[in-house]
Amino acid sequence: MRRLKVFRSLVKDSLDTITHGSRKYHLWMALLTFIMLVGMYCYSIQLEQGLSATGMTDRVSWGLYISNFTFLVGVAAAAVMLVMPTYVLKDVDFKQAVLIGEGLAVAALIMCLAFVVADMGGPSVLWHMIPGIGVFNFPNSMLTWDVLVLNGYLFINITIPFYILFKHYQGKEAKSNVYVPGAFLSVFWAVGIHLVTAFLYQGLQARPFWNNALLGPRFLASAFAAGPALIILVLAIIRTFTAFKIEDKTIKKIAMVVTVAAQINLIMLVSELFKEFYAPTHHSESAYYLFFGLHGKDALLPWIWTAIPLNVLATVLLTFHKLRNNFKVLFFACFILFVAIWIEKGFGLIVPGFIPGPYGKIAEYTPTLIEIGVTLGIWALGAFVFTILAKTAIGIEIGKLRYKN
Amino acid sequence: MSSKSKKWFSLNLGKKDKHSENGCGCGKTSGGCGSHDLTIGEETKKDGFDQVFDVKMSRRTAFKQLTASLAIGAGAISTSCSMISGDETKEQAQIDWEEQFKGNYKLMTDEEKKATVDRLVRSYQLRTGKTLNMSSKNAEPDVLFGYAFNISKCQGYMDCVTACVEENNQDRNSQMQYIRIHEMKDGKGFNFNEADDNYYHEVPAEGHFYMGTQCFHCDNPPCVEVCPVQATWREDDGLVVVDYDWCVGCRYCMAACPYDGRRFNWSKPEVPEAEVNKNQHYLGNRMRKKGVMEKCTFCVQRSRAGKNPACVEACPTGARIFGNLLDPNSTIRWVLENKKVFRLKEDLGTEPKFWYFMD
Ligand code: SF4
Ligand code: SF4
Repeated sequence: MRRLKVFRSLVKDSLDTITHGSRKYHLWMALLTFIMLVGMYCYSIQLEQGLSATGMTDRVSWGLYISNFTFLVGVAAAAVMLVMPTYVLKDVDFKQAVLIGEGLAVAALIMCLAFVVADMGGPSVLWHMIPGIGVFNFPNSMLTWDVLVLNGYLFINITIPFYILFKHYQGKEAKSNVYVPGAFLSVFWAVGIHLVTAFLYQGLQARPFWNNALLGPRFLASAFAAGPALIILVLAIIRTFTAFKIEDKTIKKIAMVVTVAAQINLIMLVSELFKEFYAPTHHSESAYYLFFGLHGKDALLPWIWTAIPLNVLATVLLTFHKLRNNFKVLFFACFILFVAIWIEKGFGLIVPGFIPGPYGKIAEYTPTLIEIGVTLGIWALGAFVFTILAKTAIGIEIGKLRYKN
Repeated sequence: MSSKSKKWFSLNLGKKDKHSENGCGCGKTSGGCGSHDLTIGEETKKDGFDQVFDVKMSRRTAFKQLTASLAIGAGAISTSCSMISGDETKEQAQIDWEEQFKGNYKLMTDEEKKATVDRLVRSYQLRTGKTLNMSSKNAEPDVLFGYAFNISKCQGYMDCVTACVEENNQDRNSQMQYIRIHEMKDGKGFNFNEADDNYYHEVPAEGHFYMGTQCFHCDNPPCVEVCPVQATWREDDGLVVVDYDWCVGCRYCMAACPYDGRRFNWSKPEVPEAEVNKNQHYLGNRMRKKGVMEKCTFCVQRSRAGKNPACVEACPTGARIFGNLLDPNSTIRWVLENKKVFRLKEDLGTEPKFWYFMD
């Protein structure tokens, strides 16, 4: 009974906090709401017309949605980079960051699920996928694995922070023997979600560009670069706009994580490029198309040739201690790294997997405005969810939100 | 399905768990030495499909209960609305409701299959006032369909493509076609990269030869493995089919198919009422809806009725041969045994049941 009362009060208090804030906060939320509405409008058009409202065709049958999905799985997985040292190794520096990281994971997962639903041809029959009522092709289909691990991860990342915040809200200490096992589990789980998502593509013998043993590990490396990079940027924003204290030390430690991951990612990229271009085979055509264009078709060139220099530049900047410890440079590097990896996972990975087609046909893909609208809407949804979560969490952590008897 | 442990290069002609990889020692996989006949012809038991079927029994019961309870709910709703709606609207609503919540065709009993087919026929009648003939005929025992394509004969007329579109009620707006004819240059070999699968000129063009592709009805189909809801599967007679009402439209199967065999309904498919082929099969050419996958079914509505697929019948040059691989007297078996046949991308282990040969 008491728990229920506390919970009710928590919900009321958090509703209170998220509806009150500075002018800037309201403007931010209004903007997000507007973008979400535009996205919903675009989605309604897509529902009406069918997926022909997007740029996808029989030749390139996955596009912007699945690209963003893949990228965001990585962002969600990266929350673990902060969970591990805090809960398991008792490294205090990360403690502040970890709630933010988990909030980010929840927001990213919600975006992932939204992107998958947006990509479905028949959202009204999605119940066919629910185990028990529908038919769940487990364990044969990697997609069912993905559904399981993503939802499981979402569950873990909601319950752990919720437990901690719930305790702090009542002014109590959270018991470590309750949440540490959960944190341990989420560490393995995070690696799992990204590996399984990579297997989704890696397991297709039909697409030589994906059917490559390095895909999974490379997913992990790029995720552990892009995710914490985003966390650094978010922490920087939170630091300037709220009373939540985040020490320089914390950010520097996360920057270290980003650096190592970005370096490993680059090494793997070199290895991939070597394999594709040193002794090119029939299977290297997708890579050729991506980097140089094939038969005069070169829609992806601007994307990849933006991504690669940004990636290299960011990694170089991060590698030098002097530069990395200068926060202006660090934030810039994190930003360009994030953009570079987003491009790499989308236009650099999903789209070229379909080009050239099974019989060498080169049909290019350009997203339509509707598709872009829906995509932006989902990103706004993610930002919205995250803002709400973070605002409540910060309120509790700095002691503004407390249970009053 | 029965070759789970050995995916590589074992032509699994459907019904033979006992058959070892090189059962006859001739090393051929396509039955050219004669001793294959024994193993192929003798074994009439069902294969792995049946096992899947049995495992799913409990779930099937669950389906029944679910649909039954939903049907009652639907009944309640429609009775309560009876003041405002006529009998036909009510019936249509009832059908729509039951169709929305029916189970996966693959797991249905024969009566359930019949029931859904009846509903679909009735629904069409209510909507258009016309009747159609829809079958739910299952695979016959001792049948395994296969196809052979004579590259020397094909002249690129594309009569097969037209016949296929008409037979299978494909969307006219997007000009969906299951079959692609690739025009290749003489002297370049099978160079798909430089081939044109979208030509608009008089054929046969000087210095070119032609090769058709479509779904190859792989015996070890990757598209089936990846489907998250088992909306696509291999039937007992080797046809790889889709339940259009169960597909959720994720297009994973499309990404997994190495042969460009699948087509997606990006918009609502439209066929002028006068051109609708009314002789239909649930798994074949019945009308599709927007957002679902479809593909060549070897014209299941024809082939299970003992006829050749439309493309075979339409081909003016006789380049297309279709038949039962388990029947030693069939033309297709004669071709496989007497011609130098090959298949595309054999290294992928998909075991297509579609062979190419030359005179
Ligand atoms: S050709 Fe493609 S669609 Fe047809 S059975 Fe093989 S993998 Fe599936
Ligand atoms: S598109 Fe349909 S048939 Fe293909 S994998 Fe998805 S649900 Fe299965």
